[in-house]
Amino acid sequence: MRDRVRLVSRPIDTAALAAEVVAPGRGGVVTFLGLVRDHHAGRQVIRLEYSAYAPMAEGELARIVGETEARWPVAVAVEHRLGELAIGDAAVAVVAAAAHRGDAFEACRHVIEEIKRRVPIWKREYYADGTVGWVDPTAAPDQAAAPR
Amino acid sequence: MTLAAPATVTLRVLLFARYAELLGHDTLAITLPAPATVGDVVRSVRSERGGDALPPRVLAAVNLVQASDATALADGDEVALLPPLAGG
Repeated sequence: MRDRVRLVSRPIDTAALAAEVVAPGRGGVVTFLGLVRDHHAGRQVIRLEYSAYAPMAEGELARIVGETEARWPVAVAVEHRLGELAIGDAAVAVVAAAAHRGDAFEACRHVIEEIKRRVPIWKREYYADGTVGWVDPTAAPDQAAAPR
Repeated sequence: MTLAAPATVTLRVLLFARYAELLGHDTLAITLPAPATVGDVVRSVRSERGGDALPPRVLAAVNLVQASDATALADGDEVALLPPLAGG
């Protein structure tokens, strides 16, 4: 299972990722893609950088996938990209494949929510005005990307 | 003969993202009197140059698993201080 969970420093190939969990008995496949947005808290973002505590992030991703596959009859594959990304690049992809769509949708949603809650990954945004900020999803919206 | 517990623990402390910027390091070696907890490590890091800017609550992990302030530490443990997570 662990080999279907990866931190990568190259573009995410969603078709290749989906191929890892597609099987003749799995007729419902849901893919979630998280793309780099061009704005955050009202500011224009030009690029960003993801970094991670890699050994813990990989372990936590594997635990999330293990828990999800124990709770729903699904197979899940996940990649999260690190390093410098451009607007529109895929930062994360989650693919959940099940016999039927209901389990695939629920499992896919569960995995991405748990990734946001538990996996030690950080995002540094570069803004059009030349400033840089660490994204803090726990901060109030007007402080989430304070200039530094 | 009984083995005495070590009088101190030396910990490898990892700092990430904004916390590494605040402290100017991504790794610190910290020695504390035994027994020591995660809360003791956070207090010690706060006393370092730049550490006073850490927020009141700091998320931590010990040996790759999330921990609380009360988590007890053994000599050689790896303690990571984690800024607010922003993956996905």
